[in-house]
Amino acid sequence: MIEISHLTKRYGEHLAVSDLSFTVDSGQIYGFLGPNGAGKSTTMNIMTGCLSATEGSVRIDGHDIFEEPNQAKKLIGYLPEQPPLYMNETPEEYLRFVGEAKGLRGGELERQIDEVISQTGIKEVAHRRISALSKGYKQRVGIAQALLGNPKVIILDEPTVGLDPIQLIEIRDLIKELGQTHTVIFSSHILSEVQTICDQIIMIAKGKLVAFDTPENLEKHLLSPNEVVLTSDDSAAEIRVLLEGVDHITDLTLEETGTGLVTARIKTDLSNVYDLSRTVFFAFATAGKALLELTVKKANLEDIFLELAETDDGASEPPAVEAEIVDSEVAEE
Amino acid sequence: MTAVLKHELKSYFRSMTAYVFGAGLLLAVGLGAMLYNIEAAVSNFEFALSYFSIIFAVIVPILTMRVIAEERKQKTDQLLYSLPITTTQVVVGKYLALLAVYVIPLCIVAVYPLIFSQFGDVYLLTSYGSMLAFFIMGAALIALGVFISSLTDNQGFAAGVGIAVILLNYFSVSLSEYVSTTAFGSVVALCVIILALGAVIKHLTKNENLAYGICFVLIAAIAITCFMDSTKFEGLLPSVMTRLSLFDRFTGFVNGVFDMASIVYYASVIVFFLFLSIQSLEKRRYN
Repeated sequence: MIEISHLTKRYGEHLAVSDLSFTVDSGQIYGFLGPNGAGKSTTMNIMTGCLSATEGSVRIDGHDIFEEPNQAKKLIGYLPEQPPLYMNETPEEYLRFVGEAKGLRGGELERQIDEVISQTGIKEVAHRRISALSKGYKQRVGIAQALLGNPKVIILDEPTVGLDPIQLIEIRDLIKELGQTHTVIFSSHILSEVQTICDQIIMIAKGKLVAFDTPENLEKHLLSPNEVVLTSDDSAAEIRVLLEGVDHITDLTLEETGTGLVTARIKTDLSNVYDLSRTVFFAFATAGKALLELTVKKANLEDIFLELAETDDGASEPPAVEAEIVDSEVAEE
Repeated sequence: MTAVLKHELKSYFRSMTAYVFGAGLLLAVGLGAMLYNIEAAVSNFEFALSYFSIIFAVIVPILTMRVIAEERKQKTDQLLYSLPITTTQVVVGKYLALLAVYVIPLCIVAVYPLIFSQFGDVYLLTSYGSMLAFFIMGAALIALGVFISSLTDNQGFAAGVGIAVILLNYFSVSLSEYVSTTAFGSVVALCVIILALGAVIKHLTKNENLAYGICFVLIAAIAITCFMDSTKFEGLLPSVMTRLSLFDRFTGFVNGVFDMASIVYYASVIVFFLFLSIQSLEKRRYN
């Protein structure tokens, strides 16, 4: 569906996107993940023809976005980071303009406008000025605009940023719904959001592809810190004695929380971190002590990016297409 | 293109812009008509058109200041780039909408000579000839305004620069009488223009070497020409200033000469500035 090959974008000396290659198939939801400044918006802007590339090509269903922009753009609906809305207009007038610009006329235009208005749930505000709408509704109008012309691919740039929790859930549900009929690519820097909605995750850092995998596979890697955190109301000394009797503990940090509780961070060299939590649980149980809390720590996305970015600087070769996580020991510490 | 045209027209009539422009134009022509045709009982309607043509310096920037600058400010230019329409269609669509806003008050003005002809001898051919030239001159100024608006995301700045440029153009003939006619004066002025051009190129392309290179080549060319035959530069500056003036060419029409060369000049100004506006929009895709 979308074929990106060796995409590079340079702003003067600054390299925003560096030799990025991946292929997106139809009928799935793709999460485009990366920390701020990783090159997500730049890549999306290039994919939609809003920005030129320094090198490389983008093909939408075989149409090059630079060579045949009109055919390629007809296949894409795009919502930029800041929804491009004309504030003095009503959503209905706005959608009419976008529909006409996308080449829709007459009955087909009316039908599609009605359809996207009901699909995005903006019927009750369709005749109010856009400037008077809440952020959630503005975002919906932006999505409605992207849906006009029934494009095969919907590209959304950080559609959930700045929304309140209820709006957030609504927009996520909307994205899931769209995923049933369209190929959806949406960017985010929130890992959990991407994990719950997407079929595939594309991760970039510093303009380079660092991972392209299913959320399940990535999650395995995200467990890699091999760290367990527990809370107990026993004294620090007692816990230390108890845990020193447990095998495979490589590192132990104890911390008093001030409310009479003690938090212990335990690291292990076991490949399956749940083996450690099991042993720790039984160690406490046989000693007749209570475990108030026991958590397996998952890697923080930001940590992984920092790690990946550092390893990338060391290794000169670019990551392969459809790469597994480049370094499986990414977030060991 | 029709989508952009319709959308722009709606937005002009939803806001005050179209009405302010129309009122300004009708006021200027109306005052002229009152002073010349009614008070002084002169039967030449073309004088009424030229009398307050300086009003363009105010109403054209008011009309054109937001045309592209506002798209940038609201980030709606991203929408235009992602839609399956070319930047040429966007610019031409916007320009045609501006022309439509301009034509409406002119249609009212077009009735004046007919009314006056009921009360005396009005030479309708010069009246309507001048009106056509008046329309094309205004269209050229609007194209200039579109280009100025495409350079910035600040409406106020676009309006300010627009007013300054149009005023300068209006007074360039009178100013040309005061500028130096010597070869030396022309050379200095040309060098200043070249340096200004270099600054613009540097700003637009963010490429210092290119800007310096072009400046150097042009100044070297002038130096060589000057060395070979310095008389070529005598009186060059005032004559260039007079030739470039859009308003000065209009006087020819008022005097009853329908000058095709001037029409071609106006048309090329329109094409030139629309082309530059398209390039200015395209350029945004590259930075």
